[in-house]
Amino acid sequence: MTMAQETAPAARTQMRRRRLRAWLRVALRFARRRPLGAAGAAIILVMLAAAALADLISPYNPLATDYGAMLQAPSAAHWLGTDAFGRDVLTRIIYGSRTALIVGFTASFFGATLGTIVGVASAYFGGKTDLIVQRFMDLLLSFPLIVLALVVVAVLGTGMLNVILAIMVPMIPRSALVSRSSALSLRETPFIDAARALGFGHARIIFRHLLPNVMAPYLILLTAFLGQAILLEASLSFLGLGVAEPVPAWGLMLSGAAVEFAERAPWMAIFPGIAISLSVFAFNLFGDSLRDALDPKLRVS
Amino acid sequence: MTRYIVQRLLLMIPTLFGVAALVFLLLRVLPGDIVELKYAGSGTFAPRQAIEREKAQLGLDKPLWRQFVDWIGGIARLDFGISMWTGRPITYEVAIRLELSLELAVMATLVAVLISVPLGTLAALKQDTWLDYAVRIFSIAGLAIPSFWLGIIMILVFIIFFHWLPPLTFTSFRVSPKANLQQLIWPALAVGYRYSAVATRMTRSAVLEVLREDYIRTARAKGLWEKVVLTRHALKNALLPVITVLGLEFAFLVGGLVVTEQVFNLNGIGKLFVEAISQRDYTMVQSLVLLTSFVFIFVNFLVDLVNAWLDPRIRYQ
Repeated sequence: MTMAQETAPAARTQMRRRRLRAWLRVALRFARRRPLGAAGAAIILVMLAAAALADLISPYNPLATDYGAMLQAPSAAHWLGTDAFGRDVLTRIIYGSRTALIVGFTASFFGATLGTIVGVASAYFGGKTDLIVQRFMDLLLSFPLIVLALVVVAVLGTGMLNVILAIMVPMIPRSALVSRSSALSLRETPFIDAARALGFGHARIIFRHLLPNVMAPYLILLTAFLGQAILLEASLSFLGLGVAEPVPAWGLMLSGAAVEFAERAPWMAIFPGIAISLSVFAFNLFGDSLRDALDPKLRVS
Repeated sequence: MTRYIVQRLLLMIPTLFGVAALVFLLLRVLPGDIVELKYAGSGTFAPRQAIEREKAQLGLDKPLWRQFVDWIGGIARLDFGISMWTGRPITYEVAIRLELSLELAVMATLVAVLISVPLGTLAALKQDTWLDYAVRIFSIAGLAIPSFWLGIIMILVFIIFFHWLPPLTFTSFRVSPKANLQQLIWPALAVGYRYSAVATRMTRSAVLEVLREDYIRTARAKGLWEKVVLTRHALKNALLPVITVLGLEFAFLVGGLVVTEQVFNLNGIGKLFVEAISQRDYTMVQSLVLLTSFVFIFVNFLVDLVNAWLDPRIRYQ
């Protein structure tokens, strides 16, 4: 009895360590086989670190205006210059990564997850339910992505939470479409029949048996959405229909003043755009490599 | 063929009706009234009666179903109602901006095709050389660079290096083709580059796939010029998926138009849309969403038609 109690934690830590090592091995293999994807992942990690440590690493307060230092060119004091209110551009880019990542991750996560659940459930129930759900999803798909997002903003107004919803909604039908088609073939497999024969409820079959098996397309969708979500957030904020001032957001930094003062302070227009492009680029690279690694159909070619 | 076209066109009606109902419901269920917003913005005190009168004028005092029926009934007669903000007919507001946006859309699509087809083909022919990698990076970058930022950078370069700003007022092509093109080519490039990104990748993989087909080997074996093999045999077949992608990615075009019109200060449909949303101009937003959805569905229909026309193996159903 006492022996078992003593060995249990030791065995657990050992198992944890083994699992960690297995993960590391997978990560290393991914990096070796797909250097571009690894480069994307590295940029993403830097972004995550910047967002998490924004309070520690940024040289200034992102909201602090300094009318003595307006529109200053990049210098030792302000590495990337200052904007029309004397705010430090580098600081605002660092804090902007927080906005981009929070909006990007939440919108893509909930968009992909809800869409996958809808798609899988629709395929599982089939028949009339499937038909009605599909019609509704088709309806949502007949809006171009940005138009649906703009409609949601028109209804809910601007602000961080509404922007997340606005980006999330158009992603639901897109992920439902993909996950439905993978679930349709799963529905006919023996293990689902077995689950049904064992008398499991619908919810249990969907969540415990079907969903884990559409994990690969789900992860592919999720990473593909991330880049799009960040881009969409930037576009909405740029249009003045996204995150509102004074919250630091990359798209917002490019709207209004950036064009107005383009001649006197080009750094205001250049650096936030680089931040957007680089992060979307990183997520796309990583997503592409992940797709190649996860999709067995593509692996052959 | 005719039967198929008519069938597809008729099938668009229920979809568009669904779009209309959805947008109408979404926009009307939530609080925030245009009339009150208008008066709040003007800063003047508005008597109750004046607000009521204006609401009645816009039909906002009627029950919801009645407003919907009125709106749909009007659309059937191609009357989209009046803008809640400017008070002018929506058809008028759209008509004066349509030329600009349509021209920009066509130009951007041309730019996208002119970038993606040659570059994609080139990358496929020189697979795994530095040229292939350069093209691939160029196209992935196109997906990552927001078109509005590209537009801003263009303007930046013009101002700093050429001391030139794209003109603020729109010149119609019929008035002065040169001035018109000078103005629209830059936003068209900004939108078209992004629009071309997916198509370039598609062209590359389609050409790669087609070049492995037996009929290409046959064409080469019977001694045809490589140029003929490429253009007459390979490209003709490879372009099918590219056309499909261009149709599917039409949403990129719409998104690009909305943001670049803002950057280049072009008074087009995209700008009207953004303004309508910030002013809570319900009738305008509704109509514009319906319009874009219609164009979106219609473009996809055209793509299907073109595909069926180019590829006899596709049957009409």
